[in-house]
Amino acid sequence: MLEELYREIILDHYAHPRNRGRLEGAEVAVEGVNPSCGDEISLYARVRDGRLEEVRFEGRGCSISQASASMMTEAVRGKTVAEAGQLADRFKAMMHGQPPDEEQLGELVSLQGVRRFPVRIKCATLAWVALQQGLREYEAGRPARVVTSSEDEL
Amino acid sequence: MSIPGEVRRDFPLLQRSVDGKPLVYLDSAATSQKPRVVLEVLQRYYEEYNANVHRGLYRIAERATLAYEEARAKVAAFIGARPEELVFTRGTTEAINLVAYSYGGAFVRPGDEILVTEMEHHSNLVPWQLLAQRRGARLRFLRVRPEDGTLDLDSLDRCLTERTRVVAVTHQSNVVGTINPVRDIAARAHAVGAVVLVDGAQSVPHMPVRVQDLGCDFLAFSGHKMCGPTGIGALWGRRELLEAMPPFHGGGEMIERVDLENSSYKEPPHRFEAGTPNIADAIALGVAVEYLQSLGMDVVRAHEKALVRYALAQLAEVKGLRLYGPRDSELRGGAVAFSLEGVHPHDVAQVLDGEGVCVRAGHHCAQPLHRALGVAATARASVYLYNSPEDIDALVRGLERVRAFFGLSP
Repeated sequence: MLEELYREIILDHYAHPRNRGRLEGAEVAVEGVNPSCGDEISLYARVRDGRLEEVRFEGRGCSISQASASMMTEAVRGKTVAEAGQLADRFKAMMHGQPPDEEQLGELVSLQGVRRFPVRIKCATLAWVALQQGLREYEAGRPARVVTSSEDEL
Repeated sequence: MSIPGEVRRDFPLLQRSVDGKPLVYLDSAATSQKPRVVLEVLQRYYEEYNANVHRGLYRIAERATLAYEEARAKVAAFIGARPEELVFTRGTTEAINLVAYSYGGAFVRPGDEILVTEMEHHSNLVPWQLLAQRRGARLRFLRVRPEDGTLDLDSLDRCLTERTRVVAVTHQSNVVGTINPVRDIAARAHAVGAVVLVDGAQSVPHMPVRVQDLGCDFLAFSGHKMCGPTGIGALWGRRELLEAMPPFHGGGEMIERVDLENSSYKEPPHRFEAGTPNIADAIALGVAVEYLQSLGMDVVRAHEKALVRYALAQLAEVKGLRLYGPRDSELRGGAVAFSLEGVHPHDVAQVLDGEGVCVRAGHHCAQPLHRALGVAATARASVYLYNSPEDIDALVRGLERVRAFFGLSP
């Protein structure tokens, strides 16, 4: 059962996070906090011609929250703002029990094992909730703000 | 002095297994397990004399009232207090809120100061923040020394001023286990005219506690951490303070006479027990304290001290493990916070769960303390009278499994 939660690819992203670091002057800059455990993610995205040209994250937290953020930065890079938002919806739907859209989600499907550990679901969705909030703020032309993963209630 | 291993058989839940592995329960700082006698009295109350207290004229109501008030006397005696000074509450949190609203609302004025410590559980911090906001008072903080998780008592006299009205301090840290010198703190607080509330949630269940020895004015504690049920706890307060305090909640049970515009209130403790109280759980808490007394609180303390000494020595052998809090088991209780380099505490706890070992991970409702220690989260193992050195061995084996799982070198 533990192996289902900690798939090799997740542990790899945790040990070797992709796209880690700040992105100065990014159009999207948002922080996500999980109040129940204190996990934090800062997310940055540079938007060019409506596409997420570069995505980076910083943060501290458990393997699931950090691996999910790392995988997300790879998954949404190059997507339009709308496509990135849709992917976040698909990811959250999977985490809340719906059958995964394997074609769209790709290696993100490896996080579905987290569903069997209810208290960890918010770890996995933290970065995605922050991304959606950041994209909404960007589209509305508002400055960045702190969001919490508890806002993710389906 | 230690507690015989058979005691574990008094706790039905501890006989269970997880995935074929024996359950190793090391989270008693969060809540304790319950002995069979406590579970039985709950059932007996509901089956034999469930009735509302303080009003029925029939026999089962009399029996319920008697049992409820007897429970008050037992719990009061457990801390060396008189029953008329003991208010039943939902738990420590409600007890502290009661003091913050009733005492604070009446006696804390704009510009007054409330001194709390950086070590507190959120339940002994947030009610004081709310009071300070309502009353225009100022919060001051006694700091924690990050190197050993003790209070910086050298700065206590600077923190206490003639404006200090309330000093709120935990008797024993729920994270790093530090036992604070409450008697000394109370004496120095009284010298400037402040009242002292002690959060006893982690001490009353684990060591002999007598209010006279603490020298405090209020003591709050929870039943569910001391072999009792959830939803019941107590506030002890010095009689003259309770008498001077206005009610907390209004409703039935707490009144003498009610007119449309005004009411008069009962004497303490009933003044602070509006509505139908938690009768069953109060009676069960009375049985829980009898159970603890049958073992002897000095024996419980000695048992845990020996276990903590063993745990600190064994954990120190685990590679990459960092311990927080005092190293001397004389100065600390049974909560042992630690972190494992390279693995987040949540992942530590998750893998330990796979081994049947229950520990807690996170900020343990003490975010300011974690900030003082310079970490976002810790893992915490906490022991009680039913734990044994074998439980510590299982924890250490589990931590080796965590290290292997996350690919750390042996």
